[in-house]
Amino acid sequence: MYNIEKPELKETRQGFADALVELGKELPELVVLGGDVTGSVKTNLFRDAYPDRFISVGIAEQDMIGTAAGLALAGKIPVASTYGEFATGRPFDQIRQSVAYAEMNVKICASHCGITVGPDGATHQSFEDVGIMRILPNMTVLTPCDYNETYNAVKTAIKSKGPFYVRFYREKSPNFTDIKKEFKIGKADTLIEGNDVTLLASGLLVWEAIVASEMLKKDGVSARVVNVNTIKPIDKETIIKCAQETDLIITCEDHQWQCGLFGAVAEVVSLYHPVKMDYIAIDDTFGESGIIFSELMSKYKIDRTAIYNKVKSHLKK
Amino acid sequence: MSTNPLLNTPEELDEMSRQIRRDIINMLAISQTGHSGGPLGMADIFTAMYFNKLNIDNTDLDKEDRDYFFLSIGHIAPVWYATLARRGFMEIDELKTLRKINGRLQGHPASPKGHGAPGVEIASGSLGQGLSIAVGMAIGLRMDGRKNHVYCINGDGELQEGQIWEAVMTAAHHNVDNLTMIVDRNHCQIDNRTENVLKLEPLPDKFIAFGWNVLEMDGHNMQDILDTIEKAKAFKGKPTVIIAETFMGKGVSFMEDNYKWHGVPPSVEQALVALSELAPTKYGDFHEIKEKAEA
Ligand SMILES: Cc1ncc(C[n+]2csc(CCOP(=O)(O)OP(=O)(O)O)c2C)c(N)n1
Ligand SMILES: [Mg+2]
Repeated sequence: MYNIEKPELKETRQGFADALVELGKELPELVVLGGDVTGSVKTNLFRDAYPDRFISVGIAEQDMIGTAAGLALAGKIPVASTYGEFATGRPFDQIRQSVAYAEMNVKICASHCGITVGPDGATHQSFEDVGIMRILPNMTVLTPCDYNETYNAVKTAIKSKGPFYVRFYREKSPNFTDIKKEFKIGKADTLIEGNDVTLLASGLLVWEAIVASEMLKKDGVSARVVNVNTIKPIDKETIIKCAQETDLIITCEDHQWQCGLFGAVAEVVSLYHPVKMDYIAIDDTFGESGIIFSELMSKYKIDRTAIYNKVKSHLKK
Repeated sequence: MSTNPLLNTPEELDEMSRQIRRDIINMLAISQTGHSGGPLGMADIFTAMYFNKLNIDNTDLDKEDRDYFFLSIGHIAPVWYATLARRGFMEIDELKTLRKINGRLQGHPASPKGHGAPGVEIASGSLGQGLSIAVGMAIGLRMDGRKNHVYCINGDGELQEGQIWEAVMTAAHHNVDNLTMIVDRNHCQIDNRTENVLKLEPLPDKFIAFGWNVLEMDGHNMQDILDTIEKAKAFKGKPTVIIAETFMGKGVSFMEDNYKWHGVPPSVEQALVALSELAPTKYGDFHEIKEKAEA
């Protein structure tokens, strides 16, 4: 079903930019804020199409969030976009007070998330962004897994009311979801059925989980793969069902293990249907530079091999 | 490792800064990732600092009265690494490891306490944070009656971060005069020229209004650099900022004054052209570019 050998490769950030340009036509109130990284996050495409609706705020992420809140008060739909680390870490208090608490219709769209920004190193590798966004009341957190899903997630976020955080990446990655499938907030997608173990994955790790599931199949292990594309509100129903049907749940994410997907899933599992859980994630550490990002994913044990090994180690016990 | 000697004349310093520019080109050509423009533009100032002005000796970093140097714009790390290597903080060969996995030359500098390079005090890369740290260090040193001087390099685009101006006020309020801030005024940032992205002018007036002593210098004139840094250190009673007029990509004709070179490396072919514009020096290269870049 999936072209494991030669998947189409596309940038998720391009999905974000294409959705913006598209929606710009039908939504005159859509405005975009730029923080001197517009080429990187590709908001330059929106700027070139709708120069009057693009606002450059310079390198000033706190001001960008505050300005976005003001624009929302004025009836606009502001999209604030920069790298994941600077979109969430730097202006956290502004997001908390002026966006989440105030229930402002602000869309924070973060590119360059996770370890795949490779060579830039630890300062630019955001491993905590999902955690600090999902603990905020009123915030919706979307973690699409490929170009198509990012395109659809951004469209849904912009057309829905309230504060959103949408997370995506710089690098090209496999594009495998259905472009025609509307993004449903809070509805996890079961991509591969299975009953020995459930792999609940988000973002770039969804593809790694799919490949790992194929590897496990060859060993007679049936690994279910679920794309958890909304971290908040988390899909309790699907998670509880997985806990009931498989004795082992392993979450897969390119984020610190404590506060992201694993944390969100563990909260549901421990409350409603405790089963054995484990994680594939950044293990309470900062990253480092590396030119080839697959080498970093391997070193930090967040790739298909790591998932495969983790499942095997549990099934041996 | 031993320390390489200080250089006294502007001519000697110019030759070293040309070598550092060659090193930057070679590093970027090898790794094929990293920033070209800022590092080339700051080569003269880094050379003047490490080979003449700074009281820093890599063989004795615990020395009571040594100076402290902060780079708030972590993305120009290549010029820092090349300068540190030429001064003797690390083997020159280590420059081949820029941005590579398991190495110390992180894309944005990390301190040796983490996994970073010798000579780095604290990580940078998230813009706008360095000046606060430098002010804190300067106040701390002064509390202990120590005579060290603290330097902080900031970008001009970086001045758009609000935290910079918070630190500017703190330094003025506390009369932090054992501190020199040097602004790399190359008029360029990522998206465009600074005045098109978010206006900074009138920049000197802003610092004056915030209570600072303001000096301006030509960041590519060695004698002016040496004199202005000396003047800044001698000034007492207020913090001093040096606004250094520079050109992004200085020394390489096709990069000069072009913001598009902010964050990209030269291809191997472009690197060969760049090197042909920067005459070889008596110090010699750490690497010779072949037709194709090494992995
Ligand atoms: C907090 C933060 N926001 C954004 C960035 C991305 N960024 C890196 S360098 C840069 C431009 C800096 O401009 P300037 O200080 O003038 O440096 P120059 O381009 O002249 O080297 C930006 C926006 C960052 N590193 N940190
Ligand atoms: Mg600049």
